[in-house]
Amino acid sequence: MYRYDSIDQQLINERVAQYRGQIARNLAGTLSDDELRPLRLQNGLYIQRHGPMLRIAIPYGLLAADQLRKLADISRRYDKSVGHFTTRQNMQLNWPKFEETPEILGELATVEMHAIQTSGNCIRNITTDPFAGVAPDELTDPRPWCEVLRQWSTFHPEFAFLPRKFKIAVNAAAEDRAVIRAHDVGLEIVTNESGEIGVRVFAGGGMGRTPVIGKVVREFLPRQHLLTYLDALLRVYNRYGRRDNMYKARIKILVNALGVEEFARQVEEEWAFIKDGPATLTDGEFNRIAAHFAPPAYESLPANDTAFDEAVAGNKAFAAWVKRSVRPHKVPGYAAVTLSLKAAGVAPGDISDVQMDAVADLADRFSFGELRVTHEQNVVLADVRQRDLLEVWTLARAQGLATANIGLLTDMICCPGGDLCALANARSVPIAQAIHQKFDDLDYLHDLGDISLNISGCMNSCGHHHVANIGVLGVDKNNEEWYQVTVGGQQGNATTLGKVIGPSFSAEEVPDVVEALVNVYVENRTDSERFIDTFQRLGIEPFKERAYQGRDRKKTAKQATGEANV
Amino acid sequence: MSKIIKNGQIVEDAWQVVKLAEGETADAVTFGANQLLPLAVWQARKDEILALGAPIGVWLDSAEGPEAIAGDLAHFAVVAVNFPKFADGRGYSTARLLRERYGYTGELRAIGDVLHDQLFFMKRCGFDAYAVRADKDIAAALAGLNDFSETYQAAVDQPQPLFRRRAA
Ligand code: SF4
Repeated sequence: MYRYDSIDQQLINERVAQYRGQIARNLAGTLSDDELRPLRLQNGLYIQRHGPMLRIAIPYGLLAADQLRKLADISRRYDKSVGHFTTRQNMQLNWPKFEETPEILGELATVEMHAIQTSGNCIRNITTDPFAGVAPDELTDPRPWCEVLRQWSTFHPEFAFLPRKFKIAVNAAAEDRAVIRAHDVGLEIVTNESGEIGVRVFAGGGMGRTPVIGKVVREFLPRQHLLTYLDALLRVYNRYGRRDNMYKARIKILVNALGVEEFARQVEEEWAFIKDGPATLTDGEFNRIAAHFAPPAYESLPANDTAFDEAVAGNKAFAAWVKRSVRPHKVPGYAAVTLSLKAAGVAPGDISDVQMDAVADLADRFSFGELRVTHEQNVVLADVRQRDLLEVWTLARAQGLATANIGLLTDMICCPGGDLCALANARSVPIAQAIHQKFDDLDYLHDLGDISLNISGCMNSCGHHHVANIGVLGVDKNNEEWYQVTVGGQQGNATTLGKVIGPSFSAEEVPDVVEALVNVYVENRTDSERFIDTFQRLGIEPFKERAYQGRDRKKTAKQATGEANV
Repeated sequence: MSKIIKNGQIVEDAWQVVKLAEGETADAVTFGANQLLPLAVWQARKDEILALGAPIGVWLDSAEGPEAIAGDLAHFAVVAVNFPKFADGRGYSTARLLRERYGYTGELRAIGDVLHDQLFFMKRCGFDAYAVRADKDIAAALAGLNDFSETYQAAVDQPQPLFRRRAA
C-alpha cells in the first residue's frame, strides 16, 4: 500500500496543527460556531444528535494492520470501544469529545491517517473495488489511480468550497464493485483500440433526494490527462453548479440542466486551455505510486489445496461460509476473504476494539498485514492462502466475524440512522435488527441466495437504498417514523434505481413486508433466477400487491410525502 | 484607512469598495479617488472612468466571471473578487482564471467574507491581497497564509505540481 514520504507526513502534521488552532480559536471565541462549521466538517467532525461524530478517512478502503490497531486504541481511549464503517469505506467514531478531537487527529497522524475532506463541500474520500489488485476480472490495479487522485484532491485550493460535496469512485474490473455510476464522477479504467490505458468518465450520478445514474461525459481519457481533465470538470461545476438551493447543488443537477452533451462540451472547452500543462500526470509519478502497490511475496502454490477441499467437504458450516465469504484470487492457491460485520444483534458496519485488534492480527498472520473496508460495510482480507482458510474461519468465528451471510438478505447496508445521526427522519438500525431476527435461519437465507437490502434513515441515502433489490428509506410524517420501500434496484454494471412500491410502512410492518416480497420471489422463481431476475421478469405489480395484502392503509400509513420525492 | 494584508504584510489601504444599492444604476456613482467599482459601473461608464486618468479598481461579485473584464485588465491597478459568504468558492476559480488564463499581474484582492482559514487557498489561487473581515484580528489571520509548507497541486503560487518536483 502507499506509505507516506516525509512530505506527505509533514502535510498531515501541519493539518493537525491547523485544526488544533481552529478548535482553540473556537473555544476562545474568535472563531464562531458557524465559521468553524465548514472547517471542522473538512476534518470529518460533525455535531450529531448526542454530540460530535468524527469520520476518519480510509483512502479507498485500504488499511494496514497497524492502522487498524491504532483505530482500536483510539476507540478505547477516546470513544466507547467501537467504530462504524461507512459506505464510503471510512470509519466513524460516534462518541468522541469535541475538545479531544485534535488529540485524536494527532494520534491518527502517527500512523499516516487523518480525517481530511471526509465531509464538507469538497472532494471526498476516493472509493474503489475492495478486491482491487487481487480480483481475477480486473484490467489493472485501480489503487495507484486512487492514490494519484487522493494527492490531487487533498487541499485542492480551487475546490475546497464547491456548491456541494463531490464523490469520486474508480473501478477497473469487469464487474463494477465501486458503484461508479452513482457518483458525482465515476472513473472506469479501460483501454482504447490501440491498447492505451485511460478512463471512461461518468458524471452526474448520485443518490440522495434525486437519484440519478451517471452519464458518460468522455468515452476515453488517456491516463496522463486524468488530473487536468478533472480540474476542468470541477471548474465548470464550481463556477456553474447551483448555490441557491442545497438540494439542487450536486453536479447531477447541473448535468441534467445543461444536458450531458452540453456539459461535456463545456468541460472540453475548459480543458483545452489546461490540457498538456504542468498538471499532466507523468509516467514517473504514476510508476512511483504504483510501486507502492506491487504484489506481495506470494508463494507458488497449487491452484487447489487438498486439505482445504477436504475441510469444505467435511464441515457444513465451514462450507457455507466459504460459499459466501471466499472469493477467487488472481494468484493460484490464494483467496480473498470477506469478514462479515453483519452478525445478528449488531449494528451493521460496527466493529468493536477487540474485533479490530483481532482483524489486525488476522491480517498480519494471514494477509500480508493489510485489509480493506468494503462499501457494503464489511472487511476484506485480500490475500489468504487457501490452506489457511479453515484457521481464519475458526479465529474469525470466535470474534463473531464469520457469519456466512455475505451477499445475502442479512448482509444489509445500513446507515447509523436516527439513533445517532442528526439528519435522520427515522431509525434504521432497529429495522435492520428486526429483519435480521425474522430471517435468522441461515439455510433459508442461503436458499434465497443473492438479495441486497439497504436501509437509509433519510433521503441523504448514506445507506444506498436506491440501488438495493429491496430498499428501505426512513421518512418523517408528523414526527412519526415511517418507512418507504423500493424494489428492483441493483448496483454493478447494470446499476438500476429501485421503484417505490407505494405508501410507507410503520417500523413493525417492515420485516413482514420484506418477507412478503421475498415470498413472491420464492413462489415464482425459476431454478437459476436471483431475486432481481424474478423481479425484472414479473415487474413490480405482484410485489406491490403482496406487500399491501391485508394491510389497512388508511389506518396505519399515509402516502409518502413530497419530501421523499423532490 | 483600513488595514489589509498585501504581499504578506499588514498595510494601510486607501481603496474603498463602492456598492450599488438595491435598484441603483451605474449613473448614481460619483467618482473619486481609490474606488473599487462594481463591474456594472465599469462596463457602463468605461470611457468616463478612463478619462479621469487615475488608478482604476474594479470588483467582481462571485457570480461574475473573469471573462467580463478579460480584455480590460491592462487598465486596472486592483481587481477585487467578492466572497459574499466564505462557503461560496467561485472566487477561487475566478482568481486562477485571471492569473493563469488572462495573464493579470496587478493586485488581486479578496474582499467580503474573508477569514483566516481561507487565506492559504486564496494565495494558491493567485490572490496577493486580502481585506480580512473588519471584525477579525488581521494580525492573527496573517498566519493563515502559511498553514502548509508544501502543496500537491499545480496552482498560481506554484505552477509545478509536487510530483514534478518530488521526483528530483
Ligand atoms: S442516510 Fe440520513 S440518517 Fe442515514 S446517515 Fe445519512 S444522513 Fe444520517
